[in-house]
Amino acid sequence: MKIIYTILMCFLFVNVSNSQKQFLTKNGAITFFSSTTMADIKADNNQVLSIIDASNGKMAIIILMKSFMFKKALMQEHFNENYVESDLFPKATFKGEILNFETIKNSETKLEVKGSITIHGKRKEIIIPATFIRSENTIFVKGEFNLLLSDYNIKIPSIVSKKIAKELKVTFEFNHKPYKK
Amino acid sequence: MKRIILIIFILSINSQFFGQDLLDILDNETPKTENIVTATFKGTRILNGHSIENRKDKELEFIISHRFGRVNLGFDELFGLDQSNIRFALEYGFNDNLTIGFGRSSFEKIYDSFLKYSLLKQKNGENSFPFAVSLFGSVALKTLKDYDPSDKRTFAESLFYVGQVLIARKVNPSFSYQITPTYVHRNTVRINADPHDIFALGFGTRIKLSKRVSFNSEYYVAFNESKSIDARNSLALGIDIETGGHVFQLILSNAITMIEKSFITESTGDFFGGDIHFGFNISRTF
Repeated sequence: MKIIYTILMCFLFVNVSNSQKQFLTKNGAITFFSSTTMADIKADNNQVLSIIDASNGKMAIIILMKSFMFKKALMQEHFNENYVESDLFPKATFKGEILNFETIKNSETKLEVKGSITIHGKRKEIIIPATFIRSENTIFVKGEFNLLLSDYNIKIPSIVSKKIAKELKVTFEFNHKPYKK
Repeated sequence: MKRIILIIFILSINSQFFGQDLLDILDNETPKTENIVTATFKGTRILNGHSIENRKDKELEFIISHRFGRVNLGFDELFGLDQSNIRFALEYGFNDNLTIGFGRSSFEKIYDSFLKYSLLKQKNGENSFPFAVSLFGSVALKTLKDYDPSDKRTFAESLFYVGQVLIARKVNPSFSYQITPTYVHRNTVRINADPHDIFALGFGTRIKLSKRVSFNSEYYVAFNESKSIDARNSLALGIDIETGGHVFQLILSNAITMIEKSFITESTGDFFGGDIHFGFNISRTF
């Protein structure tokens, strides 16, 4: 009987230590660029939420669309009103896992993150290359990838098609700290 | 003791194997931010009159507005297109909340200037607020010499003032409305029986038809009208078409003028009798 309790207690401690293995950031940075011969558009969001579960390498991200800041207020209004429809779809999400998470070192480690991204209500499977650095109290990740607007049902009217690229370049940088509930 | 350990164990299993989804954790951690409602109206005008919307910070906008003659003038006047009243204006945003504008209308050769200030914003989420309020003030100078030469008008006698409180609410992404208490003061009136001060109440709506097209309507009730003219309340119906940096408005109205002191107090057309002026507003933002 004692042995059983010992095992049970072990489970408990595992569980406690597991719960300390989530890493979170509330001010991750995502920037996207649209570049055409007619115009360059850039928007920054520094309030991205991202979490990594260090026990299994799973990762999730929430991006509030209205937190994207543009240089021109009118562009920001058009982005929210006409393109991503932020009232209907207030956030974009990512959910997936870091492949070979356990190989991350205290120096730049190039890995892939596989999962599904949901923007404008449309979900798509995606693999994103990213660079990780893990130290005792942080998991840092950065990277860039391209995103095709038509994959997410975001339509560009022909009158502005020369000013808005069909494919956006997205860069991201998150510095996760241990998450305490 | 055994029971307690068992209970804790069950609880721990629970959180370990049926643990919270990572997205749910993020949802809980998302800060509750206040959310300012934008684009209650697309343009700075509902149709003839101002909407609560301001020019954005450091933006300069050039607006050309036209109102043609009455469509019931018939073929000889090409349904009013032979006549036209045109207003050019430059409008500038000092910041996101304060806009200044200068305009010149060909009708009565009027110069006008205005200031519009966004006092309160509609918000949802944290610290929500149900409607937006902007204040509007304008001064107009009539330079058409339509008076007896012996009765020469001074500069001050040619001035008109308008004050408005614009109160608007975006009910949902496709419907917004505005209520606009208005005060008009005229330094000079045509006959003594005409009031110097006129109070009016405006109603405006925007119904979104598609992402870039909306149907707008606007109605101003004036409570004490001039006696020297057959003044009527002004009604306007129109379509907003948004194309990137422009808002293009097509308008049908019983008023031929585009500034407050004129269309609210001096409209004489009977909309349903066919006294309709076709017109448009085009804005170009620099």
